[in-house]
Amino acid sequence: MNLDLVGTALKLAVILGILLNVVPVMVWVERRGSALMQDRPGPNRLGPLGLFQALADALKFMFKEDVTPAAVDRPLYLMAPVIGLLPALTTFAVVPFGPDVTLRGHLYTMVIAPAQTGVLLFLAIASLGVYSLVMAGYASNNKYSLLGSIRASSQLISYELALTLSVLTAILPVSSFRLSDVVDYQVRHGWNVLPQAIGFLVFLVAAFAETNRLPFDLPEAESELVAGFHTEYSAMRFATFFMAEYISMTSLSALGATLYFGGWTLPWVHFSGLAGAAVGLAVLFGKVSCFLAFFVWVRWTFPRFRYDQLMRLGWKVLLPLAILNLIVVAALTLGGVL
Amino acid sequence: MSTIHLVNESTAVPVSWYLLLAAALFGIGTIGALTRRNGISIFLSIEVMLNAANLALIAYARQLDQRTGQILVFFVLAVAAAEAAVGLALFIAVYRQRRTIDINRINLMRH
Amino acid sequence: MEMAVFALFALLALGSSLVVIAHKSPIYSTLSLVMTLFSVAVLFVLLGAPFIATLQLLIYAGAILVLFLFVIMLLNVGGREEGLPGGHRLQLITSVLGALVFTAMLWMLLRPALGQLAPAPLTEEMVSLSGLAQDLFADYLLPFEIVGLLLLVAVIGATVIARRPTPEELSGGGGMAEAGAAAAGPAPTYAAWAQEADRAAGGARPASVPGGSGRPGGAAGGKP
Repeated sequence: MNLDLVGTALKLAVILGILLNVVPVMVWVERRGSALMQDRPGPNRLGPLGLFQALADALKFMFKEDVTPAAVDRPLYLMAPVIGLLPALTTFAVVPFGPDVTLRGHLYTMVIAPAQTGVLLFLAIASLGVYSLVMAGYASNNKYSLLGSIRASSQLISYELALTLSVLTAILPVSSFRLSDVVDYQVRHGWNVLPQAIGFLVFLVAAFAETNRLPFDLPEAESELVAGFHTEYSAMRFATFFMAEYISMTSLSALGATLYFGGWTLPWVHFSGLAGAAVGLAVLFGKVSCFLAFFVWVRWTFPRFRYDQLMRLGWKVLLPLAILNLIVVAALTLGGVL
Repeated sequence: MSTIHLVNESTAVPVSWYLLLAAALFGIGTIGALTRRNGISIFLSIEVMLNAANLALIAYARQLDQRTGQILVFFVLAVAAAEAAVGLALFIAVYRQRRTIDINRINLMRH
Repeated sequence: MEMAVFALFALLALGSSLVVIAHKSPIYSTLSLVMTLFSVAVLFVLLGAPFIATLQLLIYAGAILVLFLFVIMLLNVGGREEGLPGGHRLQLITSVLGALVFTAMLWMLLRPALGQLAPAPLTEEMVSLSGLAQDLFADYLLPFEIVGLLLLVAVIGATVIARRPTPEELSGGGGMAEAGAAAAGPAPTYAAWAQEADRAAGGARPASVPGGSGRPGGAAGGKP
């Protein structure tokens, strides 16, 4: 039996388990959080604090009739939700979540795919998520859906540039694409968020746009496009889009926490061994939950951007800012400051 | 390290097979570029041909143990991006004038 | 293991590239090309080029093809194309031509490689990113800069070409800009819309745009 294979399977099981369970929890957080901010109770009937509401929702989605409208392009229509979910789940594979563990003389790295091109691979796979939106919108044969997916494709391309540039700036002083090297660097030099504050700002804004969250949820835009690209979807397929959105939020948050907030480490504390790996996982997801809470907070605070405002912000503000930041950080790195 | 490990384990696939695949892809791309009438489909067929060339370059880089092939592919990717940007802009401009991108109908020069 | 991965993704690449050239709908062709690119990227990894494979996904699949889809949906040309005018004869000729190209390519590709069939095992140096960077920014610096310039020129060129003509240009321009006037006018009238629909339907009737230069539409009815 190959030990590497067993280790990878275990890591996969743990991470997938967490990622899939993030969704119901986030649905609950979103609903209770919005209720809190709007001074109303929110779902409070099922279980303590309405916690089981998410469970009931999931059951409803599973047993509801799955309607496939007659005029849709069937193959694309059926494939779209799954294709959205896959990249969201896959990207987490390059995020490290604990110290290396040696068990009976065998070394296990606490990252599912220790690829050399680490963070680039993350961005590459994440960028495939847009196909789900485009396919759904096109296949639905509905003008609102089509408008939603046209918006999605241009929005995601535009903000991907800023996102990629800010990520590249963050790893510039590290001179490695591996996220575990980024974590090691931050253990030695302190968290990236202070020297890379501008980059972090760009990353954060672009992350909102990449996950189609308010204030950038133009592809869905309930008040203009009914429900945008997923207007024609119902039951479990609709829920799959929902899952993809929350899971890609989680993955991007994990990337943000790793790039700018030290990933699974904490300053002045050192942990190792199997228990250390568990603590590391907890620390990472603690940071991720801060990000997710911020996502919810912003969603219920800001109104939606207009489409031209979105494009102007992306191309005329974020992109130049990201390029400027890249130049400054590159100069500082060459000068030996960072 | 694990990537290297995976590839190092066996060298079972001869490089010539990759070249065979590259030639097949190139042939398929050629047929597409010649038969299609929709401008965008022709464009896509040309992308298939470009990819076949990339595959051949990488295969040779592997065979000759040199990175030059990879560098060339890097440049091909950049040029393909430029080509796609300009080409699609041309399609938009043509469509605005003629309401079609069927290349058999874009024949002002013929008359 | 490597053989199985190669076989799977080679077949996927072949199958999906056939769909690219054979499917009537450009949307399906584009999505199928994504599959081809992905399969070829996997083969790149097998050949010891993980960085290029990642770039292939990031640039090709993540950006260029999304741009294709965007344009297809924007122009609404996702519909199926009609049959070929030449029919089966043309297809036969091109198939023979394609086969010829394939054989020629194969011969040219295999000739230098036939001598040494088993490649040397991959070295760490071959796969390393820093080596690639060293090559790129030392030996190939000039080409690198030129490609950067090319991209800049392409961005400017694409912007200029795809830009909508401004109203001033339209009033000053000749017949060239007429079709643009119908498309870009602030509030197209019903008559303009009907003419556009005519053009879209391929009608060869001369059409003049109200407020244009008055010459019969240079676009659709340029030469009866």
